[in-house]
Amino acid sequence: MAHFGLRAKRAAAAGGHAAVLIFFVTFLAFPFYWMLITTFKTTRDLYDTTHNPYLFHDPPTLHHLQVLFGDTQYLQWLANTAFVGVIVVAITLALAVPAGYALARMTGTWAQNLGIAIFLTYLVPPTILFIPFSRIIATLGLQDSLWSLVLVYPSFTVPFCTWLLMGFFKAIPRDLEDAAMIDGLSRLGAFIKVVVPISAAGLLTTIIFAFTLVTQEFVYGVTFITSSASYTVSVGVPTFLVRGDVYFWGSMMGACLIASVPIAIIYNFFVDRFVSGFTVGAIK
Amino acid sequence: MRGPVVATSIDRNGPGFFSRMADSELWLSRLMLAPAILYILLLVGFPFFLSLFYSVSNATVGSTNISFTGLENFQRVIESDTFWVALKNTIVFTILSQLLVLVFANMLAMALLADFRGKWLVRLLILLPWVAPISLGSVGWLWIFDSIYSVINWTLREAHLLGPQQWPIWLGTPDLAMASIITVQVWRMLPLATVIILAGLSSIPQDIHDAAAVDGAGFWRHLFQVTLPLVLPVALVALLFGIVFTFTDLIVVFVLTRGGPYDTTQVLASWAYFTGIQGGDLAGGAAISLFLLPVLVAVAIVFLRSARRAELT
Repeated sequence: MAHFGLRAKRAAAAGGHAAVLIFFVTFLAFPFYWMLITTFKTTRDLYDTTHNPYLFHDPPTLHHLQVLFGDTQYLQWLANTAFVGVIVVAITLALAVPAGYALARMTGTWAQNLGIAIFLTYLVPPTILFIPFSRIIATLGLQDSLWSLVLVYPSFTVPFCTWLLMGFFKAIPRDLEDAAMIDGLSRLGAFIKVVVPISAAGLLTTIIFAFTLVTQEFVYGVTFITSSASYTVSVGVPTFLVRGDVYFWGSMMGACLIASVPIAIIYNFFVDRFVSGFTVGAIK
Repeated sequence: MRGPVVATSIDRNGPGFFSRMADSELWLSRLMLAPAILYILLLVGFPFFLSLFYSVSNATVGSTNISFTGLENFQRVIESDTFWVALKNTIVFTILSQLLVLVFANMLAMALLADFRGKWLVRLLILLPWVAPISLGSVGWLWIFDSIYSVINWTLREAHLLGPQQWPIWLGTPDLAMASIITVQVWRMLPLATVIILAGLSSIPQDIHDAAAVDGAGFWRHLFQVTLPLVLPVALVALLFGIVFTFTDLIVVFVLTRGGPYDTTQVLASWAYFTGIQGGDLAGGAAISLFLLPVLVAVAIVFLRSARRAELT
């Protein structure tokens, strides 16, 4: 009897576990599944309200993707995003790697507070800065230019990546550098020739995060860029494709899906490092 | 940057200036920090003070002469009906969405703590909303909430939860529109909170769970007296980020409702955008966006306190 009760309890726990997972996976992944279905459905099938929207009544079609790549500036937007992303990543590395290393090796409360202060600037939201920035960008003559984004995006990638890299460099034992310095390298030389090469994983993480932060950014993009040829993907799709009376849902869903999923898969490999950056000292 | 200095100040007797610099801990660390700090001061500090300045001026997009107007803008903002609506919406939007995120994230993180087959796939699917650009995710929801082709309505009708005359217009009815943007914000913030809380749960030593089991604690007692108190500091971190990213956000509102219908989903951040950028009233927009500041300062203080406590223990 007791044995039976235990088994029933276990079955209930397993059932509850599965139910929780199924509920949340459905909620969180459904919009992407819906993008996928919509992308390959014929327009007639999409707009017939008597059809079951979960099923294909007509065979799948590539028409929407042809429209997306042939008749819109989507490819241009992808290229713009990549262009801004690559340059911002380069600027971020150039600024955040030395700063993160210096913060990791400096001792005392002063250095610690400086590290936290830099991280806190990441929390100053674009929605406070975009209004003064709109005028700064206009004064510099950069409005409607991708260079405006190149200039402004490091303002949030640098604080966050400096913080992340500080954590990485702190995990590298000082002994390694001391040994290199005994072998005749200067402190700077020890950093460049010893520390940087063994931090490859940390640098790769930084690159991924800086790039994803750029692809996700919307507020500055929609503020500075006004002509459709200079949009990034995250701004172009919701402003330019959504505008107008006729919504090309098939093409729009394809546009969202293509820009979202590859980054998500790469990002997935690095998420634990990202989390350790967020949780600061709350987890030992 | 260092080039000209090196050329002019070579010390003839000792090692060169450059190699002394390369070995001096103090100067090296200052030099390594300086570019990042300079960039942050120029591109966060300077615009921030400019924002303070605009909020007490009469700046517009095209104006060349900007003059000081005192607190006129703030007075104008506070006297506007939209301000009180937007303030209320921002608070409702933030509190409701973050409460839901906190409860859901704890449930989901506990479910993810156990090992099971296909866990990596589940984790990938769960993370999608956080990783994908939110403006694109919101466009996906725009289609899900469509007034004619909403898949939610179709499903509810098939399940006989909607009568023949019922067809909710999710984004066009005041309360439903607010519920919709809260849903999307929960959808977007849940993955981050989940992985943060999961990291906290995994860091609880197994001994503690074992001890509770030996002492005969049942599921609920174990949950409320052991697991939740231990995960609280980490959950607080997740909550702080959630509040910052929600209170100051305009993307979900911008894409889904543009503040409509009749400003019932207008939040402070979106209203600042429509006033300052689309309306060209930089001063007004700056004043509106500065109303976000008190909450940010409060969050920063709590964050600093918890970081300091973590250092002490």
